[in-house]
Amino acid sequence: MSAILQGAGAGAAAALTPFNSIDSNKFVAPSRSSLSVRSKSYIVAGSDDGTNKSFGSSSLIARRSQPLMIPNAVTATKADTAASSTSLKSGHELLLYEALQEGLEEEMDRDPHVCVMGEDVGHYGGSYKVTKGLADKFGDLRVLDTPICENAFTGMGIGAAMTGLRPIIEGMNMGFLLLAFNQISNNCGMLHYTSGGQFTIPVVIRGPGGVGRQLGAEHSQRLESYFQSIPGIQMVACSTPYNAKGLMKAAIRSENPVILFEHVLLYNLKESIPDEEYICNLEEAEMVRPGEHITILTYSRMRYHVMQAAKTLVNKGYDPEVIDIRSLKPFDLHTIGNSVKKTHRVLIVEECMRTGGIGASLTAAINENFHDYLDAPVMCLSSQDVPTPYAGTLEEWTVVQPAQIVTAVEQLCQ
Amino acid sequence: MALSRLSSRSNGIARPFSAAFNRFISTDTTPITIETSLPFTAHLCDPPSRSVESSSQELLDFFRTMALMRRMEIAADSLYKAKLIRGFCHLYDGQEAVAIGMEAAITKKDAIITAYRDHCIFLGRGGSLHEVFSELMGRQAGCSKGKGGSMHFYKKDSSFYGGHGIVGAQVPLGCGIAFAQKYNKEEAVTFALYGDGAANQGQLFEALNISALWDLPAILVCENNHYGMGTAEWRAAKSPSYYKRGDYVPGLKVDGMDAFAVKQACKFAKDHALEKGPIILEMDTYRYHGHSMSDPGSTYRTRDEISGVRQERDPIERIKKLVLSHDLATEKELKDMEKEIRKEVDDAIAKAKDCPMPEPSELFTNVYVKGFGTESFGPDRKEVKAALP
Repeated sequence: MSAILQGAGAGAAAALTPFNSIDSNKFVAPSRSSLSVRSKSYIVAGSDDGTNKSFGSSSLIARRSQPLMIPNAVTATKADTAASSTSLKSGHELLLYEALQEGLEEEMDRDPHVCVMGEDVGHYGGSYKVTKGLADKFGDLRVLDTPICENAFTGMGIGAAMTGLRPIIEGMNMGFLLLAFNQISNNCGMLHYTSGGQFTIPVVIRGPGGVGRQLGAEHSQRLESYFQSIPGIQMVACSTPYNAKGLMKAAIRSENPVILFEHVLLYNLKESIPDEEYICNLEEAEMVRPGEHITILTYSRMRYHVMQAAKTLVNKGYDPEVIDIRSLKPFDLHTIGNSVKKTHRVLIVEECMRTGGIGASLTAAINENFHDYLDAPVMCLSSQDVPTPYAGTLEEWTVVQPAQIVTAVEQLCQ
Repeated sequence: MALSRLSSRSNGIARPFSAAFNRFISTDTTPITIETSLPFTAHLCDPPSRSVESSSQELLDFFRTMALMRRMEIAADSLYKAKLIRGFCHLYDGQEAVAIGMEAAITKKDAIITAYRDHCIFLGRGGSLHEVFSELMGRQAGCSKGKGGSMHFYKKDSSFYGGHGIVGAQVPLGCGIAFAQKYNKEEAVTFALYGDGAANQGQLFEALNISALWDLPAILVCENNHYGMGTAEWRAAKSPSYYKRGDYVPGLKVDGMDAFAVKQACKFAKDHALEKGPIILEMDTYRYHGHSMSDPGSTYRTRDEISGVRQERDPIERIKKLVLSHDLATEKELKDMEKEIRKEVDDAIAKAKDCPMPEPSELFTNVYVKGFGTESFGPDRKEVKAALP
């Protein structure tokens, strides 16, 4: 939060397109005191198919000292009586990377065919600690330290999957998986089809991506846009410890190849998740905050920017409906459609590039399917089409900031 | 004359068709020892002996299956020219000894994965002529339901993993299969075939490094036909000794036109891989056709070279000479066998031609495995059913 006010001087703002400019004077940063009123917040995970999900209380810690800004979640009271009457089951608190690890460990316990391969996943414990402790527990044959050859070890994972194993291939950074694009596109996505259904490829390809803290252009890539056209794969993006664990488990159990997008900056999110086993539907979007005036579709880290903007918007009198789409391929047009039919206005906030990103596909899909329900054109806020610069101030402006979201909503709701 | 049925032998020679051989004099399993044409050249290992154990039945088997493969490829050539086969068609004639020799040395539990020149290997693994021709012509009865084509033949129950179009990409897949075999403690090996052109792919060396590091039962087989499409090996590789390119991985150079040398080498390689980890086999072979049907094959090599190899090293001729010299059949009987084979192939083609094209709904099947509710095909869950004319 503070970084925006410090960095976005009037000069800097004016240099950018009107779309991105903010008047920093008008911008209201939510103070800590206003949040203390809502000490207990619930994140509601919507579900239409009645899957049993319990709620966890979410107290996301904003760490000023660490380079990670996580605002508190906004309260949501859903009208779904069955859901809201469920009291908080006993849960345990953990960080997002621990949730991923828990999901991974549970699945490895459950099915001996599950194995993990990637760089430094074994003895080192994983560069983001997602696989910490697994090598000690399961041994070197199930948690495999590979040399640095993404093309080959992705291919090997896919070859092993053809025989029935269920490997989880980790790209230390999603950007490195570009080296394995051939294997992911041709072999992972298409083998089930070209073999006439003989082979299934139950792999999970996962890794952190997204714009981090001054990691440089090559380590700040968003590969969702590149992979989305590959037929035969599914893509999901996790954003909270709850859905991280749920999606990880679902992805491992799925017979289709699934690419699980994590975000470098979200690994230290803390949340309380249920003790009992649960799975998130791979194709379902998550209703973060129901509303009436406008539908905001987002995923991964931008969810938090949206929620931050939502607080401002609520203060200004707007009632945004925030949906974390989670499933990037295929889109959950059922949830999205119901929302559009209710609010008639759509804003997409994503971290992908403007050109050919997930937002572009989603805009096309919404326009094609729900054109009659729209009162305004679908607006899409995406990252700028530039390589991510190193300088902190510049990097901030490559991605969408809450202030821009506020402006966009005001513009759409005129 | 004893009626002999050449049935499947325990060492896994594929019988893609049932044929009653009621014309041959001796077809029992009396052992015959055959000397390979050339000695093996080894790198970091002791080469196997040149004497190969075989039998009269195996010899005749080799002849018949190779003649069938040859006939099938020639027929595919005509079908392509008649525009019944479209796209890419890579023919294997000249290289049959590699497919046959390999099958003779292994079982159906051992996996084979290859690139796009896969028709004969598919046949060797137990595929039928009907499946081959149907797939080539894009019919429903094809091994991949008509959706794969020439470059995507697969046979899961015989551990044949295809059938891949991108040069070199199958080698990491093959090492992955070997990994799974080790993981499941299967006592089986994987043969990952690639060509001299693919031998320069980086992912090969990456996969080889991992296989050697993790002691995987992977055998990399370079089918060196000396030309990567139009580029001769000496123009593409600084070191055309492909069997040595594994550096720390042992290698063996084999005369790929001699089915028995191939058999011996594959047996040796399997034993090696199960005990000591990966090994590279280089099969010195030759293809008579061009790289594919769109390549005449004569712009980068002379016709004299092609006919020279055909005269001196043709694998079927070699087996024929062995059969005749061991008195296993007469010339006439072999000619009759070839006629029979021709008829078999023609029948299979006719049957495949009658086969229907896939249903329009097949466009959308097998994109995803159904489960966890996946039913969509595009990002917007729209299953657009195109009405085909």
